Amino acid sequence: MDSQPPPSSAFDQVVLPHLDAAYNLARWLTRNGHDAEDVVQEAFLRALRFFGGFHGGNARAWLLAIVRNSCYDWLRRNRPSEVSAPFDEEIHSSAVDPDPTSEDLLLEQAGRHRLRDALEALPVAWREVLVLRELEGLSYREIADVAGIKMGTVMSRLARARAGLEQQLAIDFKGE
Amino acid sequence: MICSECRTVLPAFLDGELDVVRQVEVEDHLRTCDACSRIHQAQLALRSTLKSGELYFRAPVDLERKIRMAAQPAERKSMLPRPRMPAWIGASLAAAAVVALAIFVWPVLSRPSRTERIAQDVVSAHIRSLMPGHLTDVPSSEHHTVKPWFAGKLDFSPPVADLSAEGFQLVGGRLDYAADRPVAALVYRKGEHLINLFVWPSASKRQSPEAADARQGYNLLFWTRGQADFSAISDLNAAELKQFADLVRART
Repeated sequence: MDSQPPPSSAFDQVVLPHLDAAYNLARWLTRNGHDAEDVVQEAFLRALRFFGGFHGGNARAWLLAIVRNSCYDWLRRNRPSEVSAPFDEEIHSSAVDPDPTSEDLLLEQAGRHRLRDALEALPVAWREVLVLRELEGLSYREIADVAGIKMGTVMSRLARARAGLEQQLAIDFKGE
Repeated sequence: MICSECRTVLPAFLDGELDVVRQVEVEDHLRTCDACSRIHQAQLALRSTLKSGELYFRAPVDLERKIRMAAQPAERKSMLPRPRMPAWIGASLAAAAVVALAIFVWPVLSRPSRTERIAQDVVSAHIRSLMPGHLTDVPSSEHHTVKPWFAGKLDFSPPVADLSAEGFQLVGGRLDYAADRPVAALVYRKGEHLINLFVWPSASKRQSPEAADARQGYNLLFWTRGQADFSAISDLNAAELKQFADLVRART
């Protein structure tokens, strides 16, 4: 049953080690384990096709950019409302208190599952920068490359995304 | 540095993205400003919770295997132009390329991942059926016995063909699970070779041409006919399996 082909190619050594990162990103963007698996498979097949165009450098960021594009393709097919309009920082941030001060106590009381719910409730453009930064530990430069946005946008979007997350935790907490 | 300025750059400070001069300025300000210091602590707490690892989804254990299997034909295809390759690899690569094309044009299962899943299901079910005691639920060479046995066990009635005159002896039938649903498995024998023929209702009304695949030493054929999907798998050679499939098609 377990007759895997031998790990021979450069692809196996360079790209496959980032499978967890790929899955984590896809899981957060699709918000579903099955869909994430499908998207990651598709992304790896794409990566394999494009591997000839990869000339060294940051394999993780290179792969994550492909995974992210696959996720957005998937979202456009399956949840067009989430990605239909271009993301507008101002509209989304108008509801967010830019200077929250009570987050520490909220965090104390917010269980981790609530943190997960709050992160899932964020718009996908915020969710992706938070996941890439906080869970994956990517630099601003890498995030800009993966998400296809400017460095300056990374910084402002991260700030708004964090404020949005805190806001979401506050809503969840009051909603109990 | 004033408070508003500090709060603007605080995230970048925590992310280690500030240049050294600005970083020192923030550190100085935090030592003297309680309000900013509290925000700093709170943001730090949020970050450490996010990073605690419990929000990180690791890939399921079998995902790598699935990717490797899905990547096989494409990988071989991409290796084609390389020199210094033994002739038999070239031949098998050409075969793999043909197989990949056949799967690609197979319209019933338009999503590659579904095609891939079904092919894996068929191989797994076939191998499992060869393990002792798993081959048949109803052992019978009589198609009049095998066909009615499925009544009440499946939501469709699979066609069961008698091919004994052509050298394919019916061995029996079995319930199995593939393509995300219960399916009928019909077992035939030719000499020492067993064939599993899986049948389930088709999602598509269209008839589709035959698609061939080879995995883990087995030959596979897929086709759609009369609102049913068929998949035949065996260690028979490809030509004989195709002959079997042609006979089944002629009788269904």
